[in-house]
Amino acid sequence: MADKVLMKGNEAIAEAAIIAGCRYYFGYPITPQTEVAAYMAKRMPKVGGTFLQAESEIAAINMVYGVSSTGKRVMTSSSSPGISLKGEGLSYLAGADLPALVVNVQRGGPGLGGIQPSQSDYFQATKGAAHGDFRMIVLAPASVQEMAELTVKGFALADKYRMTSMILADGTMGQMMEPVSLDLEVEPAPEKPWAATGTGMKRSHNIINSLYLKPEQLERTNFERYERYKAIEENEVLCEEYLTDDADICIAAFGIAARVSRNAVNEARKQGIKAGLIRPITLWPFPKKQFAEAAKHARAFISVELSMGQMIEDVRLATECRVPVTLCNRAGGMIPSPDQVLDAIKAAYNGGDDK
Amino acid sequence: MDFKRITVISGHFGSGKTGIAVNMAFDLKKRHGSAAIADLDIVNPYFRTKDSEKMLSGAGIRLICSEYANTNVDIPALPQDIYAITDDRSLYSIIDVGGDDRGALALGRISPEIRRENDYDMLYVVNMYRPLTSDPESAAEVMREIEAACGLRFTAIVNNSNLGRETTAETVLRSCGYADEICRITGLPLRMTSAVQSLCPVLSGKINGLYPLVLKEQQ
Repeated sequence: MADKVLMKGNEAIAEAAIIAGCRYYFGYPITPQTEVAAYMAKRMPKVGGTFLQAESEIAAINMVYGVSSTGKRVMTSSSSPGISLKGEGLSYLAGADLPALVVNVQRGGPGLGGIQPSQSDYFQATKGAAHGDFRMIVLAPASVQEMAELTVKGFALADKYRMTSMILADGTMGQMMEPVSLDLEVEPAPEKPWAATGTGMKRSHNIINSLYLKPEQLERTNFERYERYKAIEENEVLCEEYLTDDADICIAAFGIAARVSRNAVNEARKQGIKAGLIRPITLWPFPKKQFAEAAKHARAFISVELSMGQMIEDVRLATECRVPVTLCNRAGGMIPSPDQVLDAIKAAYNGGDDK
Repeated sequence: MDFKRITVISGHFGSGKTGIAVNMAFDLKKRHGSAAIADLDIVNPYFRTKDSEKMLSGAGIRLICSEYANTNVDIPALPQDIYAITDDRSLYSIIDVGGDDRGALALGRISPEIRRENDYDMLYVVNMYRPLTSDPESAAEVMREIEAACGLRFTAIVNNSNLGRETTAETVLRSCGYADEICRITGLPLRMTSAVQSLCPVLSGKINGLYPLVLKEQQ
């Protein structure tokens, strides 16, 4: 299907998952991601798949654990408070080295917060979704087209590294409608000799488990897992650089904040300020090299976020605090305007202090 | 354009109902002096008639909508002055119904009064470029689900096929056969084919019942 269709971001995730071969979806409704579940409810029965509205988010993530154990592509989706509920399950998936796709269409927080868009689950997604040493591959789409493409990519990476891929979107990305091409390149799922699919009397049982009775053994699995994480940091970084080659002022922004920032960069260039934008597409692994490179010539960085400032910590680490990094933000469901970002660019250009 | 006293606008979510509703409210105001637009959308959390509130009130068009629309109060609430639509016989109104059968359930609340007044049109808005209504059979299926949910029958089809900002004249022209087929399957007439105003010079003469969308939804 080369022709474009008009879709909401949430629908694009759902359809792309089906295109990627996902036939199992478990979820529980919550604004602003409900359309993912609604779309799956309509489509899954037509493609021979399973849609199941679980009794809770916790139930849904444990159903994901079950299906993933059998080697099938499986997903769940929610919004911020619902993802917190899934935390325990995310840790168990990591402990059992199971691939899964988890979607977070973020809303304002903390607590029940509000239904408007937010990016304040950055820490949760990239640093600590739950207990124990583990990582998730975190993908941040900035268009409806990317909602579809990164969903397909997320399944492939999850299978390749036997871990959770998370789509970290926000309410705007989920709700906005844009033309999208569903002509997506799908890699077939790899062989999964570890899956619990029946021995056929030909091999010993595969055991899917996250409990280790001997600490030495548990330590070894942690070390091995982090070797895999190291390979991901080396090979799977995705990032878009916009006018960064000669940038004096470099913006860091993902998702909807990057779209707003791009307008501000264009306007700043018109007014004679060499501004640029680094848009991380993978939030973990974070594009450290790209930021370190830009820090060689940029005078200042600005992290534009729909939060109280979370990614800014990674920007400071990646640039090794060589130049000032300031925050330009809105929170609680509000979105920075291009003018607000432009003002921040001007302030940084005119030597604003590091506050 | 001739209007019945009540014009109900419904369709699959994302078909462009609200854009049509807002534009028609301005036509209604011009033609009948009094006009109201009622936002009965209990499904969509973000993009709603209320986004166009300033533009509507500036033109003297009454907005009937839930006081919780566009707030963090995420509950399916109906406007408290909903019965003005049926009970105030001097008022011409457009009802913007939420998407799909789930959205249409809310309309069921006032369906008996609308039937009693017996002076209404109910328009089914279709967009060929929405995946779940991309063929005439699927579009007709969604239409019947909406009718079953709200207890009212559609009276005409509105072809609003578009690809958002990538819509061209060709996008619209390609959808004409699709709309004709929906009309054939459902036995309903085509009320109009809508397109953004900038495309209308190219389309005029090629499409019967071309309806220019002058106003853009505020987003």
